[in-house]
Amino acid sequence: MNLHLKPSRRDILKGTGALVVAFSLTPPSEAFALAQGEAAAAKPVVLDQVDTFLAIDDKGMVTLYSGKVDLGTGIRIGLQQILAEELDVPLANVNTIEGDTALTPDQGPTYGSLSIQVGGMQIRQAAATARSALLDQAAQRLGAAKEDLAVADGVVTAKSGGGRIAYAELIGGKTFMLKVDPAAPAKSPADYKIVGKPIARRDIPEKLTGKFTYVQDFRVPGMLHGSVVRPPTIGATLQSIDESSVKDIPGIVRVIRDGNFLAVVTETEWAAVRAAREIKTSWSKSETLPDQAKLWEHVRSTKIVKDDVTSNIGDSAAAMAAGGKIVKATYDFAIHTHGSIGPSCAVAEFKDGKLTCWSASQATHNLRKQLAMMMKMPDEDVRCIYIDGAGCYGRNGHEDAAADATLLAKIMEKPVRVQWSRADEHGWDPKGPPTLIDLRANIDASGNVTAWESEFFIPQGAAGMVDLVAATLSDRPVVGKLAPGGIANDSAIGYKFPNIKTVCHRLETTPFRPSWIRTPGRMQNTFANESFFDEIAAALNADPLELRVRYTDPADKRGLEVLDRLAKVAKWEKRASPRKDIKGDVVQGRGVSYVKYELVRTYVGLVADVDVDRTSGDVRVRRVYVVHDCGQIINPNGVRSQIEGSVIQTVSRTLKEEVMFDRGMITSLDWASYPILRFSELPELVIELIDRPTEKPWGAGEPTAALVSSAISNAIFDATGARVRSVPFKPEKVKAALRST
Amino acid sequence: MKVSLHVNGKSQEIDVADPSTPLLYVLRDNLGLHGPRFGCGLGQCGSCMVHVDGHATFSCVLPVTAVGDRKVTTLEGLMEGGKPSKLQQAFIDEEAAQCGYCISGMVMQAQALLNKTPNPTDDEIRRHMEPNLCRCGTHAAIMRAIKRAAVA
Repeated sequence: MNLHLKPSRRDILKGTGALVVAFSLTPPSEAFALAQGEAAAAKPVVLDQVDTFLAIDDKGMVTLYSGKVDLGTGIRIGLQQILAEELDVPLANVNTIEGDTALTPDQGPTYGSLSIQVGGMQIRQAAATARSALLDQAAQRLGAAKEDLAVADGVVTAKSGGGRIAYAELIGGKTFMLKVDPAAPAKSPADYKIVGKPIARRDIPEKLTGKFTYVQDFRVPGMLHGSVVRPPTIGATLQSIDESSVKDIPGIVRVIRDGNFLAVVTETEWAAVRAAREIKTSWSKSETLPDQAKLWEHVRSTKIVKDDVTSNIGDSAAAMAAGGKIVKATYDFAIHTHGSIGPSCAVAEFKDGKLTCWSASQATHNLRKQLAMMMKMPDEDVRCIYIDGAGCYGRNGHEDAAADATLLAKIMEKPVRVQWSRADEHGWDPKGPPTLIDLRANIDASGNVTAWESEFFIPQGAAGMVDLVAATLSDRPVVGKLAPGGIANDSAIGYKFPNIKTVCHRLETTPFRPSWIRTPGRMQNTFANESFFDEIAAALNADPLELRVRYTDPADKRGLEVLDRLAKVAKWEKRASPRKDIKGDVVQGRGVSYVKYELVRTYVGLVADVDVDRTSGDVRVRRVYVVHDCGQIINPNGVRSQIEGSVIQTVSRTLKEEVMFDRGMITSLDWASYPILRFSELPELVIELIDRPTEKPWGAGEPTAALVSSAISNAIFDATGARVRSVPFKPEKVKAALRST
Repeated sequence: MKVSLHVNGKSQEIDVADPSTPLLYVLRDNLGLHGPRFGCGLGQCGSCMVHVDGHATFSCVLPVTAVGDRKVTTLEGLMEGGKPSKLQQAFIDEEAAQCGYCISGMVMQAQALLNKTPNPTDDEIRRHMEPNLCRCGTHAAIMRAIKRAAVA
């Protein structure tokens, strides 16, 4: 490759303290065009450029530009490991800039267990391309053959002749101006020194000493504080405000109304909290919600706008009608909130007509488009920057807080920080929609499952942009489409029954603004599928783990290995459920669940041991065993902590969580009315990771969570003979199931 | 009004505009301490937890004017000679944080236990940590960290 130096100063990185000088590794005409073009005026963020993902400065320090952000999952160190490994630079030399629309690529929102699997592989390929180009250049400078070069710690050495040259000298402070080459050779996993190692996260020491900056800690000079005053019921209109009710609060600056968007702006944070609590307002009456006691009738009778047939194998209708033993059941899964421990927060500032917004959004590129739409500004005039917040577990309120701050900053002509209250978060973050599932199966006289049919009643829509509360309340432009996430995933099943039909009835509406919450749809759907599979096993008087093996594709060796190792680690005793020796008040049971996530990636098997108090209906999860195969493990600590978190959070969701509401509004607005798991309820965890260094890396943040509800339901059945088909498994539901057994 | 506070071994006079201001906001906004965090403002989650005369206390519901001459310690105040304390180091070594938003409160709560009971049983740890909420599901790692500090 010919080299043509084409330095040109770029100051667009001023905000990060970096200065990048163009340096071309591409042919002169293309480099010239790039340097002259509009694109050269800014750091590239397009996905096909090496410079989009990384830069190496003249000291050999490497900057990783990541569109995937660390939501507290540890993905930052994982992506750094991938980059350092592929470039052969010291891990300590790699720093990351994340989620900044001016500097980082749009690799899609940070969701769906895709940060390593998709984002990491884009980074790996950019690094492989960079490494190859650097070796080309080193070969020329050292007068050696490329094949004769070795790299260690960012220094290229010619194996014969002994010449050495550092990356810093080759490229330091200049840009690659090179397209990502999908064919650039990636390193052999056999040579990995950094990937696969349990390397410690860098943020944790700072988080343990109070040095870490969360978005909630972020301040800009001259900033005011804003609190929103939401309608007391969804859809209510603001009739009047008594501004005198807050005029004596020290630090009050202004009450702002824009349609039904109401906020107070103050000099101090506490004044904003007080003013939002104390302001006297009146709103119209609005009762838009269904009767919660009849929620499932409401869901079943909601208009279906389309059917998504997610699998159709053989002729299930004929097989269902062919005689045999029909098993059927209906499952439901309550509305959940994300429940971030730190309520959403954002800071916005307008300068020279341009907006900068700092938030913990998992999708800054999407947020940028939404804020631009709301403010009727060009996208180019909006910059969204990610700063870590409290864990969000999906699309929670951060984007809405960003919209609130934006609107207030525009009106005040000063930077404004908006910190949501606990009630704002519990009441107004978008919710995981209610899910209702009907299942049927047919078993022939020989004990073969001949047909499986399922119908999922779930809202229409996919991933996308969840409309901003501030835009809706102030009657500004919104996309206006439901965006619950990819909730039809895992409605289809992997078991090899001869006749299968799985259908998602997509509903016109759902009671609350929906969005994705960890394992969206996959959790609800797998709860029904894997519990109902157990009902079939019970009907056949078969061991539920063995029946899963029987109906798994024999060619699916990885799946079978997970089930085999699960049986061993959990010391699974082969027998049918329920157990035969049920006596006493507190009874023990165990349940199994298994998934090949979305039928195409991470394999997980899970066994739960539970105690059921038959008098009180209390369920206690004693122990959970997990066997997990996500292919190539980048950082086993990261995978393990994601599995632990998935189990603990989903035990909480399964046993305790349910958004409560009356006809106007959510009523579970704090931790007393929306309880989550506490230390006394913590199960013991036994986790076995299967590492496959030569396979592709897959996601680990969601798949385990898909299994927890069904494994617990199956364990309750094993313990008691009672089947609980409705999440959460609150004591009254367990007692009702016990009574009907 | 002027309020005098004893925080992390230092007495200081602080100008507070509103006497109803909870201690949390004074620590964070006036003193720039980021250990204690706002989580609920209701004394329900423990993110804001600090020690007041050695007792684990929700700083989000304690008016600053009610603190008086009691000694306030935050996460930052546990540091020993600029280094993490034994308990903080145990959390670091166990990587007992995911988002870490709750973790300051967890450490303060756990330290209060270890001050009274240097070698707690699992049940004692669970019971003592009961008021503090974590959403990431880091509880098991937190248990490991507390036990590590207890035996170290």
